[in-house]
Amino acid sequence: MLGLNKKDSTLLLIVAAMVLLAPFILNPFPADSAMAQFNAGYPDLMQRFVIFGIFAIGFNILFGLTGYLSFGHAAFLGVGSYSAVWMFKLLSMNVIPAILLAVLVSGVFALVIGFVSLRRTGIYFSILTLAFAQMSFNLAYSVLTPITNGETGLQLTLDDPRILGVSATADGGIPVTSLFGMEMRSTFTLDAGAWLFQFNTGYYFCGAVLLLAFYLAIRIFRSPFGLMLRAIKSNRTRMNYTGLNTKPYALAAFVISGMYAGLAGGLMASMDPLAGAERMQWTASGEVVLMTILGGAGTLIGPVLGAGFIKYFENIFSKINEGVLHQWFSFLPDGVENGAVWVVEHFVGPGWHLTLGLLFMLVVTFLPGGLVEGGQRIAKLFRRKSTEPQDGATQSHPAE
Amino acid sequence: MGILEVKNVNKSFGGLKALSNVNLSVAENSVHAIIGPNGAGKSTLLNCLVGKLIPDTGSVMFDGQSVLGRTPYEINQMGISRVFQTPEIFGDLTVMENMMIPCFAKRDGAFEMNALAGVARQRDILERAEQMLVDMRMADKRNMHAASMSRGDKRRLEIGMCLAQEPRLLLLDEPTAGMARADTNNTIDLLKQIKDERDITIAIIEHDMHVVFSLAERITVLAQGTPLVEDIPANIKGHPKVREAYLGETAAAA
Repeated sequence: MLGLNKKDSTLLLIVAAMVLLAPFILNPFPADSAMAQFNAGYPDLMQRFVIFGIFAIGFNILFGLTGYLSFGHAAFLGVGSYSAVWMFKLLSMNVIPAILLAVLVSGVFALVIGFVSLRRTGIYFSILTLAFAQMSFNLAYSVLTPITNGETGLQLTLDDPRILGVSATADGGIPVTSLFGMEMRSTFTLDAGAWLFQFNTGYYFCGAVLLLAFYLAIRIFRSPFGLMLRAIKSNRTRMNYTGLNTKPYALAAFVISGMYAGLAGGLMASMDPLAGAERMQWTASGEVVLMTILGGAGTLIGPVLGAGFIKYFENIFSKINEGVLHQWFSFLPDGVENGAVWVVEHFVGPGWHLTLGLLFMLVVTFLPGGLVEGGQRIAKLFRRKSTEPQDGATQSHPAE
Repeated sequence: MGILEVKNVNKSFGGLKALSNVNLSVAENSVHAIIGPNGAGKSTLLNCLVGKLIPDTGSVMFDGQSVLGRTPYEINQMGISRVFQTPEIFGDLTVMENMMIPCFAKRDGAFEMNALAGVARQRDILERAEQMLVDMRMADKRNMHAASMSRGDKRRLEIGMCLAQEPRLLLLDEPTAGMARADTNNTIDLLKQIKDERDITIAIIEHDMHVVFSLAERITVLAQGTPLVEDIPANIKGHPKVREAYLGETAAAA
């Protein structure tokens, strides 16, 4: 299908099904039950799953495939966001030109930063990218205030020109982002008994872009270019002595992954048209590294899983506070209840980073291949169980 | 006029003169061995040929063109392939993928942005890589992770990868270093077969005299950065200068 082999087609179809059915899958608990806080099927969070999924897919092309660990990829995300918001300010509220500009500008940005950073490899490359990203972050905060609006962040106002649109709507508000008239924020709510399912235009738009981005990533993974990138990761010396110039290959991978980041940034701004410098901070760059490693660097689906996993933790675990914990442990005697709450509260709410850190350590130590390796091991376990009786059957034949 | 002409090459590292006035001529379609005691400058010379080092003075001509100032990949594209002392292969890739990469390098050159065409559809590359694996008698290891193979098999794969590019000059840097006797003999047989079947020039740096005398048609002895003698193997064995270089002056006098 679409030039993919059977296995890759299946993977693409599974991801497509997951994206399509996410409002159901992520909302397994009735709306007014105690478990409802574990539901993640609301538009805002689903958009973030998908957008960070795209970010991580792109990062994986550089890190997982080519072996260059960039610590400054959030810079491209930020550049993409700023470009998109400028497009909303100057041209129109249609998301298509905004996203195109975001991808283009971040691509050019990646070309410049990549050209300089790729003169070094290993830790020096990482430090160079980190330095560039922090530089961009600080510039966005201070010197570039006319472009970035500094600390406040770049926002839409009523006197933006919007040449192909309107500066203000009829009722005097700021117009909203849309795709040829379909508003990104519009949400259709399905009331199914105790359950509440939300279908958001913006989410499905992002979902469609994710599928396209994922499809492209598969094609790149399976192409001669992808093979060269894996070869660079494996042995750069042999590449050089096989008549291959590693520099343009690495630079192309860098630019492609920068464009993915810009795409994610553009989508972010399309869902919520504002851009702030904090999007470029090194913690944001570190987050995408965590996502990729947690999910499984160098695998196709891993980064998407990792992105979903971390965003779920960030949004769901961080919401659990002391009150909620007391409710959970209310069946325990008072003293024990307080003790249990005291212990658990360090791992949830503002302490969710602790849980994430522990999980990350466990994954890196026991599953170096990330969640994907975990899944493969479980699948293997089941396969072995189901083949065991067959082995027994074949062994019994000679006895007869 | 040989296919490789090294003239008056000098190379110093700080105060250490690694190569002084090295002249070397390797005839086309011959097997030329460069031997010498440790520290004689064999590896430095080799590195000057492939672009890893640039000589301080002198010239290195390959097929009438200077290689000086060119990067390793450019020199490789001119037709010089190098086999390393420790096999340099793509350990994370399968044996088949390893073999496909030089085939791509041969077909597409140093860089080709081929990001959407599937590898599985590159019929010519697949056929060529498969043929090379058969030639190297490694077809059964096609799907193995290259890193998990034995030292001898890694060496065999590396030589195969170099041959897949159809180089005119194959440089081997101690190809049997650290190998068991059986693997060494296999490598000698492989190199003999290559020499007989292909139009190729082989230059080999080697410590193991058994390997040198089974393969070489001409031998250059290097000592302290200078070529002492160049002759056919039969004349090298008993040459007093060679004995002197290898055994030390007093031993030679005795």
